[in-house]
Amino acid sequence: MVAEAGPAQIAIATHESLLREAVRKFVRHRLAMVGLGMVVSVAVIAIVGPFFLPDAFFTDFLSHPPPAPPSNLHFLGTDTSGRDVLARVALGARTSLIVGFGAVAVYVTIGTLIGLSSGYLGGWVDQVLMRFTDTVLSIPILLLVIIFVAVVGASLISVITVIGLLGWPSVARIVRGQVLSLREAEFIAAARVLGVSDGGIIRRHLLPNLVGPLTVVATFGVANAILLEAALSFLGLGVQAPSPSLGNMIIEARAPAVLQDAPWFWLPPGVLIALLVLGVIFIGDGLRDALDPKSQRRT
Amino acid sequence: MGAYIVRRILIAIPVFFGITLIAFGILATAPDQLGALIDPERRAAMSPAELEQVRHDLGLDGPPYVRYGRWLGLQPIVAAVTGEKPITGLLEGNLGYTLSTRRPVAEELAVRVGPTLLLMITAVLFAVLVGIPVGIISAVRQYGKLDYALTGTTMVLISTPTFVLGLILMYLLGVTLRILPIGGMQTLGKPFSLFDLFGHMAMPVLILGFANAAPLMRYTRASMLEVLNSEYVTTARSKGLASRTILVRHALRNALIPIITVIGLLLPELIGGAIITEQVFSWPGMGLLAVRAASQRDPSLMMGIVLLVSLAVLTANILTDVLYTYADPRIRLGR
Repeated sequence: MVAEAGPAQIAIATHESLLREAVRKFVRHRLAMVGLGMVVSVAVIAIVGPFFLPDAFFTDFLSHPPPAPPSNLHFLGTDTSGRDVLARVALGARTSLIVGFGAVAVYVTIGTLIGLSSGYLGGWVDQVLMRFTDTVLSIPILLLVIIFVAVVGASLISVITVIGLLGWPSVARIVRGQVLSLREAEFIAAARVLGVSDGGIIRRHLLPNLVGPLTVVATFGVANAILLEAALSFLGLGVQAPSPSLGNMIIEARAPAVLQDAPWFWLPPGVLIALLVLGVIFIGDGLRDALDPKSQRRT
Repeated sequence: MGAYIVRRILIAIPVFFGITLIAFGILATAPDQLGALIDPERRAAMSPAELEQVRHDLGLDGPPYVRYGRWLGLQPIVAAVTGEKPITGLLEGNLGYTLSTRRPVAEELAVRVGPTLLLMITAVLFAVLVGIPVGIISAVRQYGKLDYALTGTTMVLISTPTFVLGLILMYLLGVTLRILPIGGMQTLGKPFSLFDLFGHMAMPVLILGFANAAPLMRYTRASMLEVLNSEYVTTARSKGLASRTILVRHALRNALIPIITVIGLLLPELIGGAIITEQVFSWPGMGLLAVRAASQRDPSLMMGIVLLVSLAVLTANILTDVLYTYADPRIRLGR
């Protein structure tokens, strides 16, 4: 970090080289690359798959009595209603990705706003906002999400909204912590002495320094949101049938007969969730190592 | 110490009221509360006056702040002013009545607390007994084959949803090998026996235990590595102390202190995991009740569960904070 308020070019030059260094570290992180590969392949199946696979809502009773084991016609077999499992898994992965990224976008925004206000303004605003954060954190998020969804009605949109509205406390805490330590930094004091307004300090000096930690938190957040959506849909309170979600495809496996006789239709969605989440976590680990100068890790 | 504990409890009071506000707010924001409470056919047959009566009976009349005050138990104070019949509320221990069974919510909750506590406490013990040793071994053998195998397994456990793990275990042990019962707390029609209970507990405890052992292992490993790379461990090593002594007397004691906090912080996740586990194995606890309350949109029951659970989390947080200050001599003797 350049302490003097020198010519703008110098600041930009250091910034770019920092970014380049981070990218270089990330690309060299073996696990992160594996994770990226996993997430990209799931994303390709989710985005392109449905165009090539059989209709996910078509019930095939004629060629096989459902649930049919894997065959040339249905690569992963069909479910109890005779619908192609692979096609439904692809659409379900789409749902997972939408919820993961959508919900996290909402709560990172809320968390950043609350954390910034809390850390920057301090005083009673900080007290009130932090007590509110403590409150939300002391209710298990799954319970809170279950109840909110039950009240507003279960659907894809409400799942995204509810996870988005309830997931922010961890983000707010991290942003607040960062702001508190940055607020005392010399370059902020210098900016203040030069007469930069509060808005200018937040936009030019605080936010750019928050991008690193926020990227890492957001990545792990995507993994959590995907797991939450799956749990919610498994409990029958998330994405509703007949729309497929990786979670609600597994509901039927609660019947012992299905569990025992048709593992081809509850195992694939389960494995896909695990792959997706594992990939996202690997990427998060790589981003953390690349963006946080404190975490030096042998790769 | 004493002052710290008192301050910690004082901070928890506004948080508790915040929780009551959230619990109440959830249901106050419901677009059509009556719609959630009465089935539509019965409702269509009712006259407006009858509807108003039902609304009054259910305590749904009046603006939100009046209803909040009534639910919280401020109504006796209000009643003294307005001359209404006082209704006891939350602060007097009345959580209201459930919609489906018409029984007091407190009574419904009471029978569920035991099974859930039994499940959670055994699972936490399991998680601690597995997660911490594995984390230590992994840290001591950092970047060795064993470390890779253990961290790899942990990552898979963290990424796989609890219900998928549960179903896989149920598939293997419950329906294929048939050595464990697949649900409930005891075999129906059989007299109670501890052996039977343990059999029913085995799978839920294993699943919930492993799900929580995984994050615990990650934290222990990280904490242990930090300590092992610290200067005083290098000093101890250069003094020529046996590595066993260093590990037990120097590293472990310092590495395990932060783990107390981690166990406390895991509680909300543990409860989330318990909700799922109870659902998979039909374990008759709070989690099963919570899902039922949500599916039936039973307001008093939902508020009661949120309240009880958050109160438990709040208490556990205070306890871990106090325990932490006691365990860390730097804080205990600091003043």
